[in-house]
Amino acid sequence: MATITTPRKSVAVNPLKQSQPLGAALAFLGLKGVMPLFHGSQGCTAFAKVMLVRHFREAIPLSTTAMTEVSTILGGEDNVEQAILTLVEKSKPSMIGLCTTGLTETRGDDMTGILQTIRKRHPELHDLPIVFASTPDFKGALQDGFAATVTSIMKELPRAGETRCNQITLLIGSAFAPGDVQEIKEIVAAFGLHAIAVPDLSLSLDGHLDGDYNTVTTGGTTLAELREIGSSVYTLALGESMRAAAETLEAQFGIPYEVFTSLSNLDAVDSFLEGLADLSGLPVPDKYRHQRSQLQDAMLDTHFFFGRKQVSLALEPDLLWSTVHFLQSMGAEIRAAVTTTKSPLLEQLPVETITIGDLEDFEQLAIGSDLLIGNSHLAAIARRLHLPLYRLGFPIFDRLGNGQRCTVGYRGVMQLLFDLGNLFLEQEEAQTRH
Amino acid sequence: MKLTQGKINELLSESACEHNHKKDGKGKNKSCTQVAQPGAAQGGCAFDGAMIALVPITDAAHLVHGPIACAGNSWGSRGSLSSGPMLYKMGFTTDLTENEIIFGGEKKLYKAILEIKERYNPAAIFVYSTCVTALIGDDLNAVCQKAAEKTGVPVVPVNSPGFIGSKNLGNRVGGEALLEYVVGTREPELTTPYDINLIGEYNIAGELWNVLPLFQKIGIRVLGQITGDGRYQDIACAHRAKLNVMICSKALINMARKMEESYGIPYIEESFYGVEDMNRCLRNIAAKIGDSVLQGRVEQLIASEMEKLNEALLPYRKRLKGKRVVLYTGGVKSWSIISAAKDLGIEVCATSTKKSTEEDKARIKELLGKDGIMLEKGNAQELLRVIAQTKADMLIAGGRNQYTALKARIPFLDINQERHHPYAGYEGLVELARELDEALHSPVWQQIRKPAPWEIELPSVED
Ligand code: SF4
Repeated sequence: MATITTPRKSVAVNPLKQSQPLGAALAFLGLKGVMPLFHGSQGCTAFAKVMLVRHFREAIPLSTTAMTEVSTILGGEDNVEQAILTLVEKSKPSMIGLCTTGLTETRGDDMTGILQTIRKRHPELHDLPIVFASTPDFKGALQDGFAATVTSIMKELPRAGETRCNQITLLIGSAFAPGDVQEIKEIVAAFGLHAIAVPDLSLSLDGHLDGDYNTVTTGGTTLAELREIGSSVYTLALGESMRAAAETLEAQFGIPYEVFTSLSNLDAVDSFLEGLADLSGLPVPDKYRHQRSQLQDAMLDTHFFFGRKQVSLALEPDLLWSTVHFLQSMGAEIRAAVTTTKSPLLEQLPVETITIGDLEDFEQLAIGSDLLIGNSHLAAIARRLHLPLYRLGFPIFDRLGNGQRCTVGYRGVMQLLFDLGNLFLEQEEAQTRH
Repeated sequence: MKLTQGKINELLSESACEHNHKKDGKGKNKSCTQVAQPGAAQGGCAFDGAMIALVPITDAAHLVHGPIACAGNSWGSRGSLSSGPMLYKMGFTTDLTENEIIFGGEKKLYKAILEIKERYNPAAIFVYSTCVTALIGDDLNAVCQKAAEKTGVPVVPVNSPGFIGSKNLGNRVGGEALLEYVVGTREPELTTPYDINLIGEYNIAGELWNVLPLFQKIGIRVLGQITGDGRYQDIACAHRAKLNVMICSKALINMARKMEESYGIPYIEESFYGVEDMNRCLRNIAAKIGDSVLQGRVEQLIASEMEKLNEALLPYRKRLKGKRVVLYTGGVKSWSIISAAKDLGIEVCATSTKKSTEEDKARIKELLGKDGIMLEKGNAQELLRVIAQTKADMLIAGGRNQYTALKARIPFLDINQERHHPYAGYEGLVELARELDEALHSPVWQQIRKPAPWEIELPSVED
């Protein structure tokens, strides 16, 4: 339904998108005992680390093969090898998550070959999984890098095994925050299902205080769990971008899957719970029946403030999809939608046009809105346009609690209603007082 | 500036750099040439360093020529503040895609510069090359020259691909670009005998604004702010200053040295942190360019500031006295912060000397006293070990170590690039005292160190 436009210009001004390797790092960080490793020059890692630290307010494990001008020209094999050996010695990771960057992709390092040679030369690395994802900076965006990484994890780690009838796999896309993952896991567990969530950010980037200092992630999906995914009876892919990873599991192990593109409006949560009820053969627990009635009540209370409100969004495709549907389900209208990268969902979105562009485009399109939704870079635009901003996406560095934020399930949707509703309410009060 | 290997080597062996003095200027600066170790490297790249040095020029557009990673993950996040133009906060990038990687990015770069001029009309455009555009061989200098001719706006090429080295080297590449393309391209409307340039002060968290009023009071004019809250045209006039004052960092020492060579401007190295350093800075400037009248004014100012300061610090000194801290920061800032801590009665029990020169180290040793520990290397584990060993009360370090400390339940204060509080000058010291007091005496420490009641082991009945 939507027309996709890409403005013709030579300079991106105030870019909205982040690079693929950052998405790869984020996906790897949801595995336990992992050390993500960027094959590139050291600066890419430093920048990505700073971004992640500022968003999550957590220590972030991230390392680099530290390519120099000379090693780039000669090829990166030695650097990859040395980096892996150093990490094994210093950090004792249970997995290494390797991804490329623009530099090494431009050079065209043969990563499969390199890894094979290293494995041959170092039999002691036999038991150490090194998951590899190709993530050039000059293609796609964070969501693509994240998705490519989850696909790689699914290709390389699960092993075939006898099917366990109550075990399912949850593939959780980049649109979901650690707090979302936690809520999703709780919902699934309430149906008596044993879920393996990949990546499980709710155990690594949720923000919790534990014992000793560690140089690798202290929580997340474990290697043992990843191995057992071949035994799952079903895959739930959350976010359209997780479809490819789910297809991989179907192709390898014959595990059927279903994609849920949103868990952030009444209908979406309803069908998710219905699906879980079907899978488990159990009725929807009372707890959620009650939450559903609470959400409906909240919708009644808040709909006065949402009706016909003009909202402009700058979000990655998956998050754009679910947020647009949420807003429309409350009677709000979409003024502008700007996104970072291609997705099969975009054309189906019930809005007029979607711009794959930057925040310069966004700022022009958003004039006349009642509310902006996007990451912290929108703060300056909100100030210039005198509009309220609801922060969503990545990075958010001027708000606390990004590790715990939850906008899924009945409760999460209700919270979202109140948060946005309060912004509208505040705005109306301010206007009437004049 | 074309960045040839010869040029890089020259920057690496910058002769006025302390790191090299001992070797007759032949040796290379250790912290500049240290090759990043795969699997262990931590720091930013040369591109990052060049941006740190130049982005504070507020009325210029800063255009990053490369794929999205370099600009996408860094734009708008620098901590330097502006008193006027906000253009420097905008992120401009050519955002190269696969096609341009294959066929070259020069055309897109040229058009990008024209579009920026058209839409934003900046005082100048700084164009940064990055790893990918250096690898595919885009000729930055040629494109910039052509675009400058076409637009009539200064377009400054900064050849700063990350893979040539560290942040430090990048700072120098930035300085070099200013020397070659900016400084000396314009004449100031008027000059005074009391004109100075500040070099290497980036107005992080507005630190400059704690110091500029002091200069104003004694009649010293800052001609070129290089580059904190800087304006392009002012820096273009910087060659008419009577003195260069390098602040707290050897990062732009190449600028100071070359301006001495080409324009005969002497330079001094100073710091704005702590009472003693701030006093010394004002006195040294007066001694260099002033007469007895100026010196008299400086003494007057110092006396009145000291009186105000002592009163303001009184409550904090009581609460901070005898507290022990571990300091972890780069280079010259170490001794500078140690002396600020001493002013407050705080004991520094260990500090990093990783990026320090021999001269710095001698000075640090003197300030630390005999029990002080000098940390040569410092990863997170090492830091935690030293904090435990010295029974320190808190860690003062750059943002990257914040969560190392907090997760170990240790109070923390950020003093690097990303900090939000200005600690320079006399007012800055009060701010520092306030922040330290808050961090150390927060009521959370007791609570987050407390085990849950059900985790406390009860003494068994028999005892
Ligand atoms: S290392 Fe190279 S590619 Fe990476 S951020 Fe620095 S300049 Fe860009």
